[in-house]
Amino acid sequence: MADGKVGAVLVVGGGVAGIQASLDLADSGFKVYLLDEAPSIGGVMAQLDKTFPTNDCSMCILAPKLVAAGRHSNITLITNAEVMAVDGEPGNFEVKILKRSRYINEEKCNGCGLCAQKCPVEAIDTYNKGLTDRSAIYVEFPQAVPLRFKIDREKCIGCRTCQEVCKANAVEYDQKDTEVVLNVGSIILAPGFEPFDARLKSEYGYGRYQNVVTSMEFERILNASGPYGGVVLRPSDGEIPRKIAFVQCVGSRDAQVGNIYCSAACCMYGIKEAIIAKEHVPTKLDCTMFYMDIRAYGKEFDAYYKRAQEEYSIRFVRSRVARITEDPSTGNLLVHYVGEDETPRVEEFDMVVLSTGMKPPKNFEKLAKVFGIKINKYGFCETDPFTPLETSKPGIYVCGAFNSPKDIPESVAQASGAAAKAMAVIASGRGKLVAAKEYPPEIDVTSEEPRIGVFICHCGINIGGFVNVPEVVEYAKSLPNVVYAEGNLYTCSDDTQKRIREKIQEFRLNRVVVASCTPRTHEPLFRETLREAGLNPYLFEMANIRDQCSWVHMHQPKEATEKAKDLVRSVVAKARLLTPLKNPTVNVTPVALIIGGGVSGMTAALELAAQGFEVHLVEKEKELGGHLRKIYYTLEGIDPQKFLNNLVKSVMENDRIHVYLGAEVTEVSGFVGNFKSKILHEGKEKLVEHGVVIVAVGATEYQPKEYLYGQDPRVLTQHELEEKLAKGEFNAKRIVMIQCVGARNEERPNCSRICCGQAVKNALKIKDVNPEAEVYVLYKDIRTYGFMEEYYREASEKGVLFINYTDACKPKVSNENGVLKVSFWEPVLKQEVEIEPDLVILSAATIPNPDNKHVAEMLKVPLTKEGFFLEAHMKLRPVDFQTDGVFLCGMAHSPKFIDECIAQACAAAARAATILSKKYLEMEGIVANVDEDLCSGCRICESLCPYGAIEMTEKAGKVVAHVIEALCKGCGVCGTACPTKAIVLGHFTTEEILAQVRAVLKEMIAE
Amino acid sequence: MSAHEKREFEPKIVGFLCNWCSYAGADLAGVSRIQYPPNIRVIRVMCSGRIDPVFILEAFKNGADGVLVSGCHLPSDCHYLSGNFKALRRVTLLRRVIKEFGIEPERLRLEWISASEGDKFAAVVRDMVEQIKKLGPSPLKMKEGEE
Repeated sequence: MADGKVGAVLVVGGGVAGIQASLDLADSGFKVYLLDEAPSIGGVMAQLDKTFPTNDCSMCILAPKLVAAGRHSNITLITNAEVMAVDGEPGNFEVKILKRSRYINEEKCNGCGLCAQKCPVEAIDTYNKGLTDRSAIYVEFPQAVPLRFKIDREKCIGCRTCQEVCKANAVEYDQKDTEVVLNVGSIILAPGFEPFDARLKSEYGYGRYQNVVTSMEFERILNASGPYGGVVLRPSDGEIPRKIAFVQCVGSRDAQVGNIYCSAACCMYGIKEAIIAKEHVPTKLDCTMFYMDIRAYGKEFDAYYKRAQEEYSIRFVRSRVARITEDPSTGNLLVHYVGEDETPRVEEFDMVVLSTGMKPPKNFEKLAKVFGIKINKYGFCETDPFTPLETSKPGIYVCGAFNSPKDIPESVAQASGAAAKAMAVIASGRGKLVAAKEYPPEIDVTSEEPRIGVFICHCGINIGGFVNVPEVVEYAKSLPNVVYAEGNLYTCSDDTQKRIREKIQEFRLNRVVVASCTPRTHEPLFRETLREAGLNPYLFEMANIRDQCSWVHMHQPKEATEKAKDLVRSVVAKARLLTPLKNPTVNVTPVALIIGGGVSGMTAALELAAQGFEVHLVEKEKELGGHLRKIYYTLEGIDPQKFLNNLVKSVMENDRIHVYLGAEVTEVSGFVGNFKSKILHEGKEKLVEHGVVIVAVGATEYQPKEYLYGQDPRVLTQHELEEKLAKGEFNAKRIVMIQCVGARNEERPNCSRICCGQAVKNALKIKDVNPEAEVYVLYKDIRTYGFMEEYYREASEKGVLFINYTDACKPKVSNENGVLKVSFWEPVLKQEVEIEPDLVILSAATIPNPDNKHVAEMLKVPLTKEGFFLEAHMKLRPVDFQTDGVFLCGMAHSPKFIDECIAQACAAAARAATILSKKYLEMEGIVANVDEDLCSGCRICESLCPYGAIEMTEKAGKVVAHVIEALCKGCGVCGTACPTKAIVLGHFTTEEILAQVRAVLKEMIAE
Repeated sequence: MSAHEKREFEPKIVGFLCNWCSYAGADLAGVSRIQYPPNIRVIRVMCSGRIDPVFILEAFKNGADGVLVSGCHLPSDCHYLSGNFKALRRVTLLRRVIKEFGIEPERLRLEWISASEGDKFAAVVRDMVEQIKKLGPSPLKMKEGEE
């Protein structure tokens, strides 16, 4: 810390954004304190059922991140806590934290849950949104991290039952709140949002009518671990609904309740909930969605919307619901609305779901005060379009919904981006506050007979109460090669780890078996214990006798005990065959190659350079800037050219960035940490070595074939209009804009996201230049999501006419004897209207860069059907590719605004830094291996491997398969398909699994 | 059924579950305390695409009355992108093969169970046990007994 920069970061908020920022920072060599007010991390995402547009199970994709954050040696979780004061400056802040008492000793509690089972109190279950009860001593949800209980002292009756039953002696009724002072270099705020309180929209009857629920409640109703076990039921009578209404914009786009902004995610989650509801309800279910505009502006969102209409027959009604009343005799609801034909209607539904919007976090005023940051007029964190991740206070960054309402992938991208920002401030402190763990040298056991130690867990009474553990211990002792067996109260506790290490020494154990809970959560802990005792961590195996035995056969103790024995026997049979595995390591070249020199590529380059990494930046054009060179003002009225010029200057002046203009990457070979590429520049080919690749090739504007474009000079695109406006060449009086030209059609089903904002921006500019000008915007849905809604409203107020059209009835543009005419159906007047504008402006789609195909093939990464790059995971890995070491940002991913490109570029830099900051990468030891003598070179494995980890090489005149360990993920698909059984997957060899199969059945037959 | 089978026949089922979805689903059944019959023994593999037909045949050979193969939902849940499709192909073909050996194809079941479907895992086990009870012990086992 020569320059006094503290290599630690405080992350406030443990939702998906906070977790992602923490993981990126921790993986790049910084100490992280992840703080949450709740007793466990996970945030709102932990409560969701599925996620759009892939319908992935939310908890399934989140839980591994929760576990990773909980186990990371560089992350300290501070839950049930809040920040009281912040002092200091960027690089060195002092933070005062109040850690509220859980009344549970976190060190001792192991989350067994016995206390909650015995607790006599029924309190409201906030995780299930109050639809069910829970005990007064609780964890928020079964997968909670940290899995430590908490007593709700408002509900607790003080009976002390929990204290009596807790075998770990963790209950401490007298525990006091404590104050903690931390020293950190930078701070990231990710406190999320607060759902709009639907009671404030009293005409919808929420809180009065039982069958009117909020979208968050409905998520829980849909969920298998929710109040009704995933069966969709009406709260009033437990009946399966046949007709559900989804009411959009509850608490959003509504000046009446004081929220004029759009909450940006509700249209999509509403559609998702309707789809999932239809999948869950076995009988016929009608879903109707009442909406103003369907804002399916994200990547692949419109395709999802289309599926909802066509495959799922969800009915969409464009109308703002006026009010909802109840038929008290049935509990059914009467939805009053004005139909698309302008006539008032009343329709009866069994259930109504209110798509409630996002409000700033409840304590936003306190956050502003404690951190000294500015808040915008809505209560969200104030940021600038060109520095979207920076708060008004240097050294403090923001991400996720507190920045502005947003969905998960945008929150995740911002989180990684904020991590990059937070790292850059304290780059010199990297690695200073994280200690590398030292292990004793590994004992060579390969020539030894197996000597197996078996540790069997009682898990308090979770296992011991149903399975006769002493009997299983005695049985284990009788198994071949088992030299030691014992039972433990909690095998996972710290003292048992010590005991296992001692027993390894005492009995010269060279294999360890633990029979307890699930390897999915506990295998890493025990492997670590083996390493600490000098054993290879892969000489370990687990039998799951709790989650898959004692807990599911609670009324059959005899059978459960027999099953536990079978499982132990099976696992011991496998353990006898286990061999040590190495974690392959690969060196890292701390250099990045960035393809594309637009705002995204340049931002990523600068972020990486700020962290001390070298960058090769390759731009096809003769100058930097890309798409942004054609943008003259933003919706907020700021001049991006000044920003762009500064950006270009910073890039050109930076010693660590090598810029290649008019250049092209012609070849990429190698793998994560060790790429070699050829850059064609000024007629010469240059070979560069680098550890990562970032794809930032941007996108282009569609050249319309429609509406006389190219035939009549008065028909322009939005970009061409913008140029005219900026250069003072605009003098038209009547302008018609047509939205969705080349987008949302058969050929390109998705939305181009930026055109609605662009149209509103240009319409406002026209009104600025000439307030008398008539502007008509013909649209399908106006998608000015988030705070952009304000400008849409302003345009309407200034007299810009927004007129809806449908695919069935598109506007027509004609040139009749030199007169430009536009005719369209006016839905309010209910008649065809013809006007003669001076200009027709087409909002042309943003389409993929034509180079994408070539770049994708070169990097072996996939494209979407439309030709944009396809990331590793739409929700949680928005800037990663499935191929390690290759990242993505900006419009190459999908159309987006400047601030979104910048956030993604920072994110790509942070993700790249997790690799570049390491001297070498340690890979997973469970990988495939080829026996070259057996390999016939048939190439079946090569074609099957989803990761391209198998290459064919020539060895001794014969073509054989070779596994690139750095790319192998250990799924084993190759080995299973190998006709000569030449491929072996470590730790899951055919012999090991067959031994397990035989052993698990052996004595069962003898009965 | 032979005379010495006095007790009610309790089928032995071997389950091969992928680590990421189905094994997690089975864990969730436990966490949710959903009760199901104790007839299944689970063997964990990383991906349903790792499940070699040989494992399944070995299970039948050693006296399993039923085998469950379970992985992540089609088409896109697979942690390894497409291993579940491989499992689908293998199991579909293998069901034809075991028929040739005199094993009813119903004894080999393929299910997609996600990490949030603890209830489904339990329901599948319940259903399998019931179905195999109706079928009786594996014909392979009967033959061995006669030897």
